[in-house]
Amino acid sequence: MKTRFFSSRLDNPPYIHPYQAYLFILPGLIIYAVFVLWPILNTARYSLYDWTGFSDPVYIGLDNYAELWNDDDFWLALQHNAFFVIFYSILPIMLGLFLTALMTRRTLRGMTLFRTGLFIPQVMSPVVVGIIWRWLFAYDGPINELLLALGLDGWVRPWLGDFTWARYAVGGVGVWVQYGLCMVLFIAGAQSINTDLYDAAAVAGANAWQEFRHVTLPGLRQQILVAFVLTFIAALRVFDLVFVLTRGGGPGKETIVTSLLIYREAFQYNRAGYGAAMALVLTVIIVTVSALVMRLQASEEDAQ
Amino acid sequence: MIRDRDYRRKQARTGLTYLMLIIFLIGALLPFAGIFLTAFKSSSELAQGPFALPETWQFDNFQKAWDGARFGTYFRSSVIVVVPVVVIATILSTMSGYAFGMIRFWGDNLLLLLIVLGLMVPSEAVIIPLWKLMGTLGLRNTYWALILPQVGLSFAFGTFWMRAHFKSMPTELVDAAVVDGCNAWNVLWRVLFPLSRPALLSLIVLLFMWTWNEFFLVLVMVTGDLRTLPVGLALLRGRYAADVPVMAAAATIVSLPVIVMYFIFQRHFIRGMVSGALKE
Repeated sequence: MKTRFFSSRLDNPPYIHPYQAYLFILPGLIIYAVFVLWPILNTARYSLYDWTGFSDPVYIGLDNYAELWNDDDFWLALQHNAFFVIFYSILPIMLGLFLTALMTRRTLRGMTLFRTGLFIPQVMSPVVVGIIWRWLFAYDGPINELLLALGLDGWVRPWLGDFTWARYAVGGVGVWVQYGLCMVLFIAGAQSINTDLYDAAAVAGANAWQEFRHVTLPGLRQQILVAFVLTFIAALRVFDLVFVLTRGGGPGKETIVTSLLIYREAFQYNRAGYGAAMALVLTVIIVTVSALVMRLQASEEDAQ
Repeated sequence: MIRDRDYRRKQARTGLTYLMLIIFLIGALLPFAGIFLTAFKSSSELAQGPFALPETWQFDNFQKAWDGARFGTYFRSSVIVVVPVVVIATILSTMSGYAFGMIRFWGDNLLLLLIVLGLMVPSEAVIIPLWKLMGTLGLRNTYWALILPQVGLSFAFGTFWMRAHFKSMPTELVDAAVVDGCNAWNVLWRVLFPLSRPALLSLIVLLFMWTWNEFFLVLVMVTGDLRTLPVGLALLRGRYAADVPVMAAAATIVSLPVIVMYFIFQRHFIRGMVSGALKE
């Protein structure tokens, strides 16, 4: 039974026995299972316990989730994450599309230079990005100096400490980080659009906007979905950037985000069980939205 | 006459495009340029504006950041963590990527799905039990607490990446090697591995960047001298935290290795992040 199962159903070349595949996978899989998979399952388990991280966990059913439901800070943090989706996903995608529209259908010199340069914020540590922008946004920093020089004295303010503007300042940094990634994704996608479509558009007398609207944009649907998933996940996970920019959610609670709350509850207030419940909710949101968008992408691929 | 006008309009549009791109390019690079220039200035020069060139290019701030603010120590920690993570994860993912890409076996799709799950879950989803686990194993506040989980997470992406690569390789290569009497192990390391340089290079630079920049895990698992550069920078307190040129020098130390890598291998960075994302 076993030999037939291995040899005839699976058409491997004769020198390979399928069991060898398991041997090739096993070393990595063990590390992955112990340090990634097992902890994920335990996050789900701990979320049902009252547990400080040091004490013996006490099973309390869904009490952590009930508390979460009534936790104003948690809802506020989720709202901020949603707010950052605008700055991490929507605006960078629009900006990326705009730059792509500029660059496609035109032979430009120095494309590599632009691409390399605009992509740099993506590869930098968010901590470094945070340090740089904290310096730029400082009360006596370059941005306020520029405003003074332009005579816009009324606009000078401690951007990251301002109750109204701190969120927008943090969001603005998000745009600056993410649009390069979107642009590079879209340029790669635009290169695979059939050039006949552009020729047809030119023959039909389409102007630049019409060409973009009817040829480039539909051709980039896949890339836009991918860009959305990647930047959406980034917006929901944002941690280090806020940790540095506003020293962990200030002023007041104006820029508090979910991952900061998880960190605070689990590792500063010793409420590991409650933190695990938060972490699980965040994970479920991320995985659900990613899976839904990917599904949409897959079904479109089938339709084509 | 009409042609001339068309031509001129086209020229004007191209010029406008360049202008826009240059504005965006400056927007992307200027902040880095500012921090870089500041790192070479004395505190008294700061008043002359962020983009004024330093009077003399001095390394005092780097000296202070490296020794006084302990960034030399953090640099050492970063290297001690990044090198094993990249080496081990690359080898393990090459092996499993080969198995998933070139061998058919029972349960392959299910196993792959389990591994791809690791691409989606945020580190928040694992951090609390991981902290507990490391305590139980007695590894909390050791480099192992940073290396092992990052090998695990890198293995998820690496498997996925190398699988796609091996799937796209022509099987004739393998057939020829088999005629020469190679077994599966030798086919992988002697035949396929040397031919996989571009894919491996992309994988290595991406894993390097991710591990170098990792923050949350390091923040939670270790303290003191074991901290890597990003956490050291984020938690910098005391007299150096208020010293803008020293902060700037520290930020330069943290980012320089990634920037150098990026400029050498930019094609691999971009290709990896773009096509890696599209295949997901």
